[in-house]
Amino acid sequence: MKHSVQDMKKISNEVRKDIIRMTCAAGSGHPGGSLSSVEILVSLYFNVMKHDPKNIKWDERDRFILSKGHVCPVLYATLARRGYFPVDELLTLRKLGSRLQGHPHRLKLECLETSSGSLGQGLSIAAGMAIGLKMDHRNQRVYCLMGDGELQEGQIWEAAMSGAHYKLDNLCGIVDVNRLQIDGWTKDVMCLDPLKDKWEAFGWHAIEVDGHNIEQLLSAFGEAERTKGRPTVILANTVKGKGVSFMENKAEWHGKAPKKEEAEKALKELEAQACGCA
Amino acid sequence: MSSQISRKSGLNPDMKLAANIYDKVEKIPTRDGYGHGLVEMGKDNQRIVVLCADLSDSTRAQWFADKYPDRFIEVGISEQDMMGLAAGLAAVGKIPYVSTYGVFCTGRAWDQMRTTVAYGDFNVKIASAHGGVSVGADGATHQSLEEIALSRVLPNMKVVVPTDYWETKKATIESARIHGPMVIRFGREKVPVITTPETPFRFGKAETFRFGNDVAIFACGPMVYEALVAAKELEKRNIDARVINLHTIKPIDEEAIITAAKETGAIVTAEEHQVNAGFGSAIAEVVVEHYPVPMKRVGVLDRFGESGEPDQLMVEFNLKSTDIIKAVEDVLRRKKR
Repeated sequence: MKHSVQDMKKISNEVRKDIIRMTCAAGSGHPGGSLSSVEILVSLYFNVMKHDPKNIKWDERDRFILSKGHVCPVLYATLARRGYFPVDELLTLRKLGSRLQGHPHRLKLECLETSSGSLGQGLSIAAGMAIGLKMDHRNQRVYCLMGDGELQEGQIWEAAMSGAHYKLDNLCGIVDVNRLQIDGWTKDVMCLDPLKDKWEAFGWHAIEVDGHNIEQLLSAFGEAERTKGRPTVILANTVKGKGVSFMENKAEWHGKAPKKEEAEKALKELEAQACGCA
Repeated sequence: MSSQISRKSGLNPDMKLAANIYDKVEKIPTRDGYGHGLVEMGKDNQRIVVLCADLSDSTRAQWFADKYPDRFIEVGISEQDMMGLAAGLAAVGKIPYVSTYGVFCTGRAWDQMRTTVAYGDFNVKIASAHGGVSVGADGATHQSLEEIALSRVLPNMKVVVPTDYWETKKATIESARIHGPMVIRFGREKVPVITTPETPFRFGKAETFRFGNDVAIFACGPMVYEALVAAKELEKRNIDARVINLHTIKPIDEEAIITAAKETGAIVTAEEHQVNAGFGSAIAEVVVEHYPVPMKRVGVLDRFGESGEPDQLMVEFNLKSTDIIKAVEDVLRRKKR
C-alpha cells in the first residue's frame, strides 16, 4: 500500500518522537543523523519500496541497505511503525538481549538485510545484490542510505565505480547530506565538494533534493527508477537533528542521547509540529 | 590406555595416498585445484559466481571466467568492494567465490571480512591465494603469512588449508555445500601431489596419513609432504611418527588433537605461516587446555618474507623436513617417559 504524502508527514513526526524516546531510554545512540534521515526512510518504506511486513523474506521484495549503521534508530522506528515489530520494542534499543543492537545486526532482527556499523561498506553490498538480481533477470530494486561524512571512506568510491561499470540501474543510493560529522562540518573535517560533480564523474545519475520534502523525494525515486543504463544517487540536503530546535545543525548531537528533560522538551516541540502536519 | 593405542605403522592405506610420494612425486600448484574445482562446480551449480580483483589468471579464477563468463565478476583493483559485492550476491542467493591473494583478502579487506561477511554470516567463500613464502621472488608484500590468524579469530568463519592439488579441488567443491563464510588458503608454486582423487576429504576432520605413536606431527598445506618426508627419515632412527593432515583449522578437530596428545605424548606442528596465532597456535590452544604434552611449532618465526627462489626460501625460513626432524628431536627430549 502506498501512503499519501500527508500520511507520511504524520508518520515522520511519529518516527522522530520514537527516535527521541528510544535514544533517551537507551542513554546513548545517534539522534542527529537519525532525525535528518526520517523522510528518506519513511518515503521508502511507506511508499516507494515493494515489501511486505507479513512476509519478511518475500523473494520479490526491494532491498534497503543501511550503510551508515549508526542511524539505526530511524530504521528501527520506521520498521516498527510499518508493522515489522511492536513499537514498544523500540525502548529495548541497545539493551542486553535486545534485537535492536546499537548498530544493526541482521541475525538479531530478521527484517534487516545486513549488519553495519563500520562505515563505507553498504554500497558495495547493495551493488552486489543489484548485480545478482540482474544476473537472474529479476526486477527488484536496491536502495542504500549513506551519510555524507561516510563518503570519505574510499570503499564508497570503489563501489561507485562498480555501480557504473555494471550499469546497475536497479541500484539507487541516497546520501543524507546533513553536512555534519562527529568532528564538525564536513567542509572543515574533509571537504566532499563538489559532491554532485563527483558522483556524475563516476558515471552516476545524480539528483539533488530537499531531503525533508517528501514530494521531492518521491519524485526523485521515480526518476531513479526511470533512469536506465546507470545507477542513480539522490543527494538529500538535510538538517542534522531536524525537528528539535536545540539539536539542529549541532555536531554534538551526532552521538549523544537526550537526557530526560531534554527528551521532554524535544517531544513537546515535535508534538507541536504534529499539529501542523495534521 | 596403552592397550587401546593402535599399533599400526607406516602410511594409512585408507587414505589412498599417491604411490609415488617418496619417489619422483608429481608436482602441481594448489591454485590449479581451486581453478579446476570452480570449473567443475560451475557446470551444474548455477548459484556459483566468481569474483576477482585483477588477478584472474594467477588465482585461476580465469578458468571459470572462460567457461562461464556470465557468472564471473571482475571488480578491478578494489578488494574491499569485492568483499561487499560478494556479500550482496550471497544475500540474493548466489554462492560467491572471492579470489585474490591472501594479503589482499584477509589483510587489506579484513574489516569487510569481519563486519560485512562474518558478522552478517553471509555465504561468501574467500579464496586466499599466494599463501606462504613459496610465492618466491615477489617478496614479503605478496607472501601472505597471516591468513590463518586473521581469519580464524572471526566468529562464523571457517578456515581450510588444503595440502595439495586434489585436496584444494575437493575443498573448493565441498565449500559450496557448507553454509557460511569460509577462507580457503592455497599457494602459487608447484607442490607435491600426495593425495589422489580417492583420498577422503571430510571438512572439519583431521586425517591420519601415517600411523605412529612416538610423536604426532600435525601439518597443513605443503608442509604435510615435508612431514611425511620427515617421518620416513625418522623411521630410520626407530622413531615412529604419526603424520596428521589437519586441513580444517576452523572448526578444529579437537578430538583428533587430544587423542594424538594422549597416544603419542609429544606434538610437532608445521605450517607455511607465522607460528604466532596461526596453525600451530590453534593446536596448542587445544593441547594446553585438554592434555598438555611437549610441543614444538615449525613455521615462520615472527619475520616477514623476502625475495628468492621458492625452494631457497623454504630452507631460509626453516620450513623443510629437516626442520621438522629437529623439532621432533626437541619434543622427544622433553617427553615424559
